[in-house]
Amino acid sequence: MDTLRYLDNVATLHLDGEACVGCGECTLVCPHGVFEVNEHKAALVDLGGCMECGACANNCPASAITVSPGVGCAVYIIQTWIKGKERATCGGGECC
Amino acid sequence: MNMTPKNENCSTGQEPCSCETQAGPQPFPMHPGEDVVCCGSPVRPPSSTLERPGYRLWHFVEEFVETPAGPVPRVKTSLARPDILATALARMSSFRNDYKVEPGLYCVGRPGPDSAVLVSANYKLSFDALRKELSGLDAWILVLDTRGINVWCAAGKGLFCAPEVIRMVKLSGLEEVVRHRNIILPQLSATGVSARDVEKGCGFSVTWGPVRARDIRGFIRAGMKAEFPMRRVTFTFAERLLLVPVELFLLIKPTMWALLAIFVLSGLGVGFFSFNAAWLRGFMAVCALGAGIFAGAVLVPALLPWLPGRAFSLKGAIAGLLGGAGVVLAFWGRARGLEDLALVLFAGVVSSYLAMNFTGATPFTSPSGVEKEMRRAIPLQAAALLATILAWVGASFAG
Ligand code: SF4
Ligand code: SF4
Repeated sequence: MDTLRYLDNVATLHLDGEACVGCGECTLVCPHGVFEVNEHKAALVDLGGCMECGACANNCPASAITVSPGVGCAVYIIQTWIKGKERATCGGGECC
Repeated sequence: MNMTPKNENCSTGQEPCSCETQAGPQPFPMHPGEDVVCCGSPVRPPSSTLERPGYRLWHFVEEFVETPAGPVPRVKTSLARPDILATALARMSSFRNDYKVEPGLYCVGRPGPDSAVLVSANYKLSFDALRKELSGLDAWILVLDTRGINVWCAAGKGLFCAPEVIRMVKLSGLEEVVRHRNIILPQLSATGVSARDVEKGCGFSVTWGPVRARDIRGFIRAGMKAEFPMRRVTFTFAERLLLVPVELFLLIKPTMWALLAIFVLSGLGVGFFSFNAAWLRGFMAVCALGAGIFAGAVLVPALLPWLPGRAFSLKGAIAGLLGGAGVVLAFWGRARGLEDLALVLFAGVVSSYLAMNFTGATPFTSPSGVEKEMRRAIPLQAAALLATILAWVGASFAG
């Protein structure tokens, strides 16, 4: 996805380097190559590429990753503004 | 089977069916009016021996193989005409939201107790995409109940999740079918699935497969390892174009409302309402609407990496303003200055809004980013729409 980039400096992703045990699970599940593991520690090599899908945080055995996950879909976000988070759905389109 | 017509000519209607003329006792009394129908069309092939009352047999099932956990359908690894037709239909409309196969265990080739287990969503297109990549392989396919939603979206919605994997592993009796204790999940399901929870819940460890089904073969050949490119999502020109028909389909209803609004606003003028003006000016506005829709729902997806800016609303606005300028040129001399302005703005607003909605279909926009973009773009879009309406109606009063 090198030719396709979205806004920088918005992702809510945090990595707690202290807690990381270097298992490498995050590098397996992330679809955007955000992590790299060197010398038994994960590092964020491309924070701007993160789409906040939550796969890494979901699978980190050390709970070293936090991210507020969600779908980056305008229709959905408009609905969360109007109806609130619980009742929002996507417009039945291709996103979900 | 006396009821089956033996004479193929009966379909021509020239000769009476053998079943009608048959003498002697018949096993079932038949109403004369009913068996005429049997002669209407050529006789179809007999029912497959795999069929069971109350069930409908999928055309992609080759046979049922016996396993310790009961019969498991062996599926074809090639797509047939009904698959391709239905796929095309599903891609063109929101019909694709409810197109599923039954959850449970399937297989391809001649798998044994040591063969790999691939887990899939029960959206028919996901299932088809997987099985068509498996020709020549021996494997089990465990289909989850993701309510007919694809892997990525089902994981995002929490339907493709550890409890569902555990439930299907147990329900299918997978433990008795295979000796090993490993299942391969599509990488994109990691959003919804915690591998540790799956292992804790059913004793099967999770291997993350590649993002795309077409890399499965390479993945298995490499000893269940995905090279870096197999782990990245892509959003190629072809992948983007595939989304265009659905985008357009979803616009049919809002477009009807827009047409009505255009008709009303175009007719307003000094003499209150003029049908003549509604048609003439309305036609120009409809062209601008068309240009905006084309720019936002076709050009933006197609030209996504090449349009300037990061924000989709900006990409859309640029494409739309250019489209609007094209409409003005096409009607050069017919519209007044204010109307020209309105036409260009209108196409820009429509395109910007549609492009912004396209964020939902892309695999790289973060929700934080989309929200930030929307907080900036929506007030601008609203202001531009208001300016468009004022200029359009104002031009009519001014003239
Ligand atoms: S949230 Fe998703 S895209 Fe972001 S780093 Fe984690 S796995 Fe990668
Ligand atoms: S998954 Fe967690 S513990 Fe493992 S390498 Fe990544 S951050 Fe470190």
